[in-house]
Amino acid sequence: MNMFLFLSQLLNGLLDGFYYLLIAIGLSLIFSLGGIVNLAHGAFFAIGAYLAIAITPYTGFFGAVIIVPLLVAALGVVTERLLFTRFYRVDPLYSLLLTFGLAMVIEQALRWHFGSAPLAYNIPGALRGQVFLGDFIYSRYRIFLIVVAVLAVGGLWLLLNRTAFGRIVRAGIQNPDILAAMGISLRPYLSTVAGIAIGLAGLAGVLMAPIVPVHPAMGGEVLTAAFVVVVIGGLGSFWGVVLAALLVGLVKGLVIAIGLPSWSLAAIYLLMFVVLLLRPRGLMGERILRFE
Amino acid sequence: MSLSGIDRRRFLLTSGALAAGALGAPSILRAQDGPIVLGHLTPRTGFLGPLGEYAVMAVDLAVEEINAAGGIDGRQLQILKEDSVNPQTASTKAERMIERDNVMAIVGEISSASALTIAQTAERAKRLFINTGANSDTLRGSDCKRHMFHVETQNVMYVNAEGQHLLQNGLVEGKRWYLLSADYAFGHDLSKGAHAFLGRHGGELAGEDLIPTDATDFSSFMLKIRDAKPDLVALNLAGTQITSFLKQYGEFGLEFPLGGFGFDTASAWAAGAENFRGTWPCVWNHQIQTEKSRAFVKAFTAKYGKPPENQAWGDYMAIQILAQAIRDTKGTDPAAIIDYFEDPATKFDMMKTRDGYFHPESHQLLQEIYAITALPSGEAANQWDIFTTSGPLPQPDQPLETLIADAVGGTCSFSS
Repeated sequence: MNMFLFLSQLLNGLLDGFYYLLIAIGLSLIFSLGGIVNLAHGAFFAIGAYLAIAITPYTGFFGAVIIVPLLVAALGVVTERLLFTRFYRVDPLYSLLLTFGLAMVIEQALRWHFGSAPLAYNIPGALRGQVFLGDFIYSRYRIFLIVVAVLAVGGLWLLLNRTAFGRIVRAGIQNPDILAAMGISLRPYLSTVAGIAIGLAGLAGVLMAPIVPVHPAMGGEVLTAAFVVVVIGGLGSFWGVVLAALLVGLVKGLVIAIGLPSWSLAAIYLLMFVVLLLRPRGLMGERILRFE
Repeated sequence: MSLSGIDRRRFLLTSGALAAGALGAPSILRAQDGPIVLGHLTPRTGFLGPLGEYAVMAVDLAVEEINAAGGIDGRQLQILKEDSVNPQTASTKAERMIERDNVMAIVGEISSASALTIAQTAERAKRLFINTGANSDTLRGSDCKRHMFHVETQNVMYVNAEGQHLLQNGLVEGKRWYLLSADYAFGHDLSKGAHAFLGRHGGELAGEDLIPTDATDFSSFMLKIRDAKPDLVALNLAGTQITSFLKQYGEFGLEFPLGGFGFDTASAWAAGAENFRGTWPCVWNHQIQTEKSRAFVKAFTAKYGKPPENQAWGDYMAIQILAQAIRDTKGTDPAAIIDYFEDPATKFDMMKTRDGYFHPESHQLLQEIYAITALPSGEAANQWDIFTTSGPLPQPDQPLETLIADAVGGTCSFSS
């Protein structure tokens, strides 16, 4: 076993974790606050990728990185206002059906409009090329991707933990009824959080479009991994999701490093299985009364 | 009057039953002069979905053309199309098409695993299955079926064609290959073929990995390939896997020669001129300049606004071949059509230089294939013409049978 390659794979796996993070954190946020398991989260990721292809000719790649998440976030707010809002107080099964249906509608709409064949989209010239850390090679584009992901997730953390907005959201996660008793309506916060969470999925879509095939079903692929991350991390825990995303990446890297790449996807489910056996609420899951 | 929940439900039930009745009607009324009904199954979602969509477009075009020209011997052609999803669903849907809709044949499929379950269902019911996209040698070997015919070329044909190219370029003897194979029947089968080819011609393996079909991140394999420093990276991947690989190979700046044994032009188009490299085998491509091929490209482009992919060609050809068989045998009897297909005198115009014909021992349609080579990214004329095609392979003085030499799928016996 080549020690250098082994370490490279671990590091690469760890870095992979950041892609899951952007999707998983939004998924976790929408569930924690509104109790909605958003199965359409991956579909918004796909919308982000397709929008990037559609507007890049006018705005350039960097313009798309800024504009697309805003557009997708607006779509998220509309979705929340029109659909999610009717399902906060009913059996979660209904919202599962709703978002499952929504995911299919979005996927088919993308297929209908853009066709089923994957579309080409490239890394912008300025970010092509590789970075060498000693002998470890990494793509310059992925470094950019990770920096953007860290900034976005860091910004979200500040918003949730250092602002009045965040205090109300966190209170809403723990106990929406007391918040209501204090005369604070959660509705605008629910819309904003859905917008932010879905906007992050859109951001992930733009960022991934240059390195994975852009096709209508691309959302389903990331969604499963993101779910595993949320479950491992534990609901309601910001750092739990961050930790889980990195852990999932690391485990994937480790399985590949020891020469079992065909097990790399199965391994993350095994990890979820083990975590759930040992800690049914996830690694850092908080005790949220209404979900017990 | 408002529709209450129950009323609405009853309404749905009733209209559902009506719809089912309407769908079932053709089979009840089926007479000698009624329409000829075919079933079409192919993956329309998942990693092969993008190819399946081309298949569906081509089938629609073929049926439209045939019916516009008066049908087959005056009978209209009708086609039922469904997403085959996975091997289990594929066989369930095949069974339903045969039992409920009484289709005369099933056409389609891309996944070798699903093709096998459809073939088993069709064989039990003694209906034809024309495979248009599954490549596994085993389907032509130990898993062959009397009622299954293959318009799509089999893996060994790709290995032999691509192998010739690699031999000519000195990339085999004494060279080290890194193989990446899709982790299902198709990839395993190609990997076996590639190993055998390397063994025969004195090459070595620098490394090999099996890739899960839903993997989209190849960065870890890029690190492994870079570390192994192979003389050639050979891919036995399928569908969107190839696109992911090409995009990320460019991203990591790897420069080892690239080639592969499994390929579809859609993967190259999705990767784009900037990322597409190497030389790849191809059953057909839109640059082939025979008269029939040009007409097909023109009709397809006129209808859909983009050129046909090789999977479109496969399903289009399958419908043409079935239509020819129904005309020549004057009916839809599977036994008569099997005899017709197995007859060495039966030839098909494959839009290529030479006519094709079914190999009677495996039911593989023997035909010329091609190799396409990526153009340097600056030289592509448009988003479709990002490669150039070779002339037909094998060379004109070589029989088509040379393409199926050294198949690895076991021996076919139709008796079982």
